[in-house]
Formats: sequence, structure tokens, C-alpha cells
Amino acid sequence: MSVSTTQSSSYQTDALIASDIDAYLEAHQHKSLLRFITCGSVDDGKSTLIGRLLYDSKMIFEDQLAALEADSKKVGTQGQNIDFALLVDGLAAEREQGITIDVAYRFFATEKRKFIVADTPGHEQYTRNMVTGASTADLAVILIDARKGVLTQTRRHSYLAHLIGIRNIVLAVNKMDLIGYDQAKYEAIVAEYAQFAKSIGIKAFTPMPISGFMGDNITTKSENTPWYEGIPLIQHLETVALDVTADQQKPFRMPVQWVNRPNLDFRGFSGLIASGTVRPGETIRVLPSGKTSTISRIVTIGGDLEQAVAGQSVTLCFADEIDCSRGDVICIADAPAEVADQFEAVMVWMADEALIPGRPYWLKLGTQTVTATVQAPKYQVNVNTMEHMAAKTLELNAIGVTNIATDRPIPFEPYEANRALGGFIIIDKITNATVAAGMLHFALRRSQNVHWQALDISRETHAGLKNQKPAVLWFTGLSGAGKSTIANLVEKKLVRMNRHTFLLDGDNVRHGLNKDLGFTQADRIENIRRVGEVAKLMTDAGLIVLTAFISPFRSEREMVRQMMAGGEFIEIHIDTPLADAEARDVKGLYKKARSGALKNFTGIDSPYEPPQAPEIHIDTTKLTPEQAADIIIERLIP
Amino acid sequence: MTGTAATNLTHLQRLESESIHIMREVVAEVEKPVMLYSVGKDSAVMLHLARKAFYPSPPPFPLLHVDTTWKFKAMYELRDRMARESGMELLVYHNPEAAERGINPFDHGGLHTDMWKTEGLKQALDKYGFDAAFGGARRDEEKSRAKERIFSFRSANHRWDPKNQRPELWNLYNARKAKGESIRVFPISNWTELDIWQYIHLENIPIVPLYFAAKRPVVQRDGLTIMVDDERFRLRPGEVPEMKSVRFRTLGCYPLTGAVESEATTLPQVIQEMLLTTTSERQGRAIDHDQAASMEKKKQEGYF
Repeated sequence: MSVSTTQSSSYQTDALIASDIDAYLEAHQHKSLLRFITCGSVDDGKSTLIGRLLYDSKMIFEDQLAALEADSKKVGTQGQNIDFALLVDGLAAEREQGITIDVAYRFFATEKRKFIVADTPGHEQYTRNMVTGASTADLAVILIDARKGVLTQTRRHSYLAHLIGIRNIVLAVNKMDLIGYDQAKYEAIVAEYAQFAKSIGIKAFTPMPISGFMGDNITTKSENTPWYEGIPLIQHLETVALDVTADQQKPFRMPVQWVNRPNLDFRGFSGLIASGTVRPGETIRVLPSGKTSTISRIVTIGGDLEQAVAGQSVTLCFADEIDCSRGDVICIADAPAEVADQFEAVMVWMADEALIPGRPYWLKLGTQTVTATVQAPKYQVNVNTMEHMAAKTLELNAIGVTNIATDRPIPFEPYEANRALGGFIIIDKITNATVAAGMLHFALRRSQNVHWQALDISRETHAGLKNQKPAVLWFTGLSGAGKSTIANLVEKKLVRMNRHTFLLDGDNVRHGLNKDLGFTQADRIENIRRVGEVAKLMTDAGLIVLTAFISPFRSEREMVRQMMAGGEFIEIHIDTPLADAEARDVKGLYKKARSGALKNFTGIDSPYEPPQAPEIHIDTTKLTPEQAADIIIERLIP
Repeated sequence: MTGTAATNLTHLQRLESESIHIMREVVAEVEKPVMLYSVGKDSAVMLHLARKAFYPSPPPFPLLHVDTTWKFKAMYELRDRMARESGMELLVYHNPEAAERGINPFDHGGLHTDMWKTEGLKQALDKYGFDAAFGGARRDEEKSRAKERIFSFRSANHRWDPKNQRPELWNLYNARKAKGESIRVFPISNWTELDIWQYIHLENIPIVPLYFAAKRPVVQRDGLTIMVDDERFRLRPGEVPEMKSVRFRTLGCYPLTGAVESEATTLPQVIQEMLLTTTSERQGRAIDHDQAASMEKKKQEGYF
């Protein structure tokens, strides 16, 4: 082995373990916990550095070492030497490729701290992994290959670390051995980085010259860099301030996870304290309701506590019976969090399917999950140049600033002030995938300034005058299925029965109200949203509204259903096999689509998601339009 | 509110807090959770954390032991005692096909683990309709586990797809799933073996006495020291059980679990031995030995 195996006093000392295990245990029960992330590519020696930290802290056992030595010879990149990188690369496919493709968590400990290292890759397409790894980190180690200096990826990693709110940044200029421990080269790299860091708002960083391979300035100060005045990496990691300590100094907040109610005499609110300190006797305010009470007890299995702090999972009891449930946030009464339903946020898109502006998604923030819609981005950030670029959507690994609206007001704080109340994830309602992470900037004030005008003539009055129950008959199906034909027949029959109706036809609406919209996925959603809003106004006016739109996406039809009063939305699936609709091709559109002259055509190169449980299902292979219309009337006016 | 002297939480307090948070999220978000209880030290810690998380309520889910009928006697004793003390329902599942075919570790090698544990687990989850199962796996145990999420999704046929796992940001866990899908949740993912032992020591958590050294009848077989725990053990010609002072670093089916020679009869001594030892804990398990990526393959097939 040509690698150095210097040990410092900060690592586990065999002597104490052997001579006085009780003293050792006592000392080690008081360690703190630091989570950090390492950023860099395979070439920067990142895996080697992590392997070195594990090796030096004796987290590698003999059998693992034997496997490592065998592997090093077989697939290693260090000749006959130990390839530490092999120690931390996990999944089989990755090992064969020699690259890490996901976030992996590693553990090691010194006498002062336990460390959890998030190991993430440096490739551009894996922004999402780095953001994931960084979200729980107190500190980031940005690795630079001393031979190459500040690269595009260095800037990208630094930007992402800063974006996710990491305040402690270590600039580890690695492979110093390969540039002969050249001080001038090192200082030039640090100077270049300092300039860049300042330009993106990084207030401070800690540079250090290291060699993960040789062990320079890792656990002990290296004799090869006598000019370096700082401390070795491990010592820095052992002493840097923890976020959890800073969080204790902020106002008290605890998102409620679970209401603990074993019997009628006990009602406790369980959660992880996000910030601040809480004691019995303090006055708290529950958001969003704003109700106040006093903390009566902090309950644990080992007896009640006199105080609990950020980072602890506890169960709180109140002096009064006030409403409080999962998703609410318990705050100190005189400095509560904010409550709003419209926000500006920065988002990192993490799914192959791009953001669809206007589509309802789940948003999870703290312990609350609400429906949210995201507007088209104001701009996207180029993570290599930090330039702002115009964007209509966000694709995998894209970062953009957008406005978000939730379906109800939620307690929150700007991410900068409180990670736990400002960080959120976005979940696709159909696939259940986590598609994005976001950080709230601030609440938009305009939502609070547009008030609903109370009107004297109610929708009941309108409907009563017309002597009918308003409804929306929503016809959905492929182009050429016969939606307009059947809707037309239904409307004629309704009018003959003295019903007040209005038919909104897809093609007609696109000549006026929606003439600014095209046929991209985003435009189709906006088309349906507007039609939904218009239909809603018409039901308020007491009308029976018929709409004939392809409306291919389940989630948008669901969105319209949610807009309407209960029972007023009647989804009618005009079900025609694609082959039949294409054979009919009344408007010649299928032919155009097949030839490629018409893009995004439903059924051809754009999907149609059939309703899973429509109120009415019409099989056009079995029914004439006349029969179909009768069935619909029968259902509407029994 | 401000100006308070900082309370320094220890690493164990923070790990404990994280695990409790994870368990409460699962209980709040899924319909029918269960805790897989294998009676080992990791299960012991997990159960202890669950009792803390929901106190004064008992943990609002049952314990499930997917049994192979080949565990150590001492494990069955502790299992039944802990179920009584925690006030939780204990479900014990035996794969009926494995029982009928008399699958055992002597004749069937890998098939033994496959049928009793892997298949047994799938059958048990399907039988009771559990949609989330807590498991005591830790990321430090094995390389492929270092990358597994805390919430790990399984398809309706229980397969794990390492390329299609959800990103986990902050402490926000997405527990939404399609019908038929289930989640394996690993609340002690971030604990190391040392953390587990320290916590057991600090919290005085009951564990199986097999973790402590005692004179036990053992034979040497295929490089492992195997304890002859009952009369079903088939001695090979020439094998004579010897009384040796041994203990176990991990516990499984007794004919497949290697003991280490040891004099450590107290927890601090066990920890001392662990810290001074030079082989990793999984070496005592026959299952990992085949090849580096074997655990990963097993996991894709549905082994926990």
C-alpha cells in the first residue's frame, strides 16, 4: 500500500477503548451530529476522499478491506494501489461503469462528532440528486481538482449548495500532490473562486489544500503545505456550527404530525420541533386558525420535560380544548408564522415529465398536503452561467422561479428564515411521483387585495327564476367521436322542454375567448381552465351548460369538477374506438396528423386519458346519436 | 424565546428524533402499517423507538414476525415477552408451502431463506393487506443499502426498482402510492452498528442474551462457528459439539448464523469488542458471502 495512513487524536483511540470502555462510552454519548455533502465529479477524487475519511476513522473492516483490495486489482483505476472510490460506489451497474449515479449516505465518527455524508454525483443531469443530498446538509465540501481549477461544474455545485441554503462551504482544492503542493497555484484557484462566490451571494467559504489520496490536511496538518495556515478538514468538520443550534434561537414552531388520543382524558399533539424552544406555561397560537392556548405539558415516556428544543420529537398538551390537527403549525403566540395561499418560489424540477403550468399537483410542506397549481416560470436559471432565461415550463433538472397558488391558506415562512416551513415537494396526482422540490420566497400580496364581492342576487335566485337545477354536461372523447353532434341533440331536446341552456363548443371557443392558445399540453390545460371558469359563471346564472371538448387529461377534468358545486358536474364519455374516429375523419384532421402536418393531435401523438368513472358512458359503436341523447336526458331529468 | 443558552442535542438524540418523526409520518399517511419484528438488536431499538413515538398510546400497529421455525429458542422467548410488555398485537407468519415441503437450512441452502423469509414476507403482507412495513435495515450494513431511501416503494409483486426511487428532500416523505403498491420504511436507516449498541446501553433496552458471551455447544462448519441450539441440528460424521464461550453479533436462523468466540458478558464489553474487532457484522451471515452484489439482487427480488 503506498497510501499514508496517518491517524490523528481526533479519531477513535484504541488505547482508551481497550483500557477503559466505560470512559470511552461516556465520552461518545455526548457527540453531536453533522450532516454534510461532498460535491465534485469522479475525476475530482470525491469518492477517494470519502473512502479516505471512512478508512481513517476505521469504518472499514478487514473483510471489507480484503474485498476492496481484490476489487481494486480487478476494476480499480489506481493500479495495484487501493482504490478508495470502490469502497463507496454501491449499486452493481454503477460499479461496472465506475460512476456514482445516485445519492448515497455514509457514516463515520470522530471523538467529537458523528458524521453523515451525502455522496452525490457531479454530472449535470443529476442536479436533482445533489439538491436532494444537500437538503439535509449543514455543510458542503466543494471539491476542485488542483490541476484544473474552477470549472463549470464547480460553479454549478456552489450555486446549488447556496440555493439550498447551506451556509458553511468548504472549498477543498484536491490532488495538491499532483501539482507539487504549489502555493501560488492554490492561491490563484482560491482567488478565482472567491470572486465567483461573491457574485452569487456566498458570503464566506473555507478553502483548504488537500490530497484525499495521500491524506494531506485531512486528519492532520500536512508537512507538504507549511504555508497553509488553516486547520485540517476533519478538525473543521468537528468544530463548525450546526444548523440545529441556530434553529433553537428562532421563534418556536412545530408542525403537527399526529394527534395522540389514547382515551378521552388525553389529547396530545406530536411533532418534530422545527425551530425555537418550548416550555410549559407558554402561550401558543395554532395556525392557520389563529386560536391560542397555553402549553400544559411536554410528554415523553420517560416523564414530562421542562423544556424542548428544535430538533426534538415531542408530544405537547394544551390547557384548552382548541381545534388542532395534522398539518397545523403550533407557534409561539406573539411571533407566529405567516399564512397565505399565493407565493413566489424557486423550484427544482426532478421528473422526466416536465412541469405543466396550471395543472393541479399535491404540495407537501411541513406536515400539510394541499392542492397547488404552478404558473409558467418567470424565468429559468442556467446553472452553469447563472443567467436568467425565458421558459414556458421546467424540465428535468431545471431550476426556475414561479408563482404558486394553493387551494387553501397554509402556514409558512420564507425558506431563508426557516427551512422546515419554507421547503416543499411537489407530487404528481396521477403517478404519485415526487416531481419537484421548492423553496418559498414570499407570499404574494395581490391575493389579499382582491376581495370577493358579495352579490344580492344569489345563484339560487337565478336558478329558481328559470325553474331548473343548473348543471354542466361535460362531453369528453376523441376528435370525431361525436361530442358536438350529441351535445347539439341534447341541447335541442332540453330547449323543447323549456330548459335554459348554453352549449360551449371547443372549436367555437377557440375562435374567440381562447384564440391566443395553441395545442401544447400547457395551452390545452389553460383552454380547459378557462372553459371551466366560464361554465361555472353560467351555472351561477342558473344555466344548464353543455361543453364539447376533447379535454384529454384526467387531471384537468378533475380540476373543473372541483370548481363546480357538488353534483353539478356530469362527465359524459363519448367512447369511440380510435380506428372508428379516424375512419370517419369528418374534418380531415387525422389524415393531417398522420402525415405529421398537425402536431400534438390527441390519439396520434398526444395521449387521451379516458375517464375512470364518468357519470355517463356512451358507447358509439352500440348507440345512435339520437339514442345517446335520450339516455343523457333521461339521466338529467328523470 | 430568544437568548436561551443552546441545548446541545447528542447524535443519539437526533437519530432518535428522526426515527420517531419517520414513524409518525407513516402512521399519519398510510392505511395499514405493520412493524417487521425479527427479534434482533435492530428490531429491539425500532420497537423501543415506536413505544416512545406514540406514548402514552401503544404503537398503533401490530408486530409481524416472519418466522422460519429455525430461530434460536432464546429469540422466541424474548419475542413473546416483548409483545406482552408493549401491549402490541404479535402476528407470527409461517409460509405454509415451506412448512409442508419441510424446507430447512440443512437440505435446501438458499431456498430456505428464499421460501421462509422472502416468500413468507410477501405472503404475510398480502394476507393481512399491510401497505407499509417498518424494517430495521441500516445504510451502514452493506453498500447497496447506502443508497436506499427511507421510504422504499415496492410494486404490487413486491419488487424493488433501484432506478425508480423517489427523491427524499429535507424531512418530507412522499407516502402516496397506487393501489397494490406498498412501502418498506426504514426508520433507523441513519444509525450505525455502534449507535445501536450505545443506544441499547443508554436506554437499557432488553435484547436476546445470545448477544452476550456464555458457554454454548458449538461445532465448526464451513468456516462458521455454529451453535447446536436444539435436537434438530444434524451433526456430520465426526462433528462433536464443544462447549465454548461464544456470542453472536447478528441473529438469524441458528444453523446459518456464525458465532464469535468471546468473553464479553456485559454491554460495554460487547461494544469494546465491536470497536476493536476487524470484521464487519454481516460476515456472520451466510447469506452475504456469495458475491458483492448479492444483497442487491435479493432485494430486487423482494428480500427485505
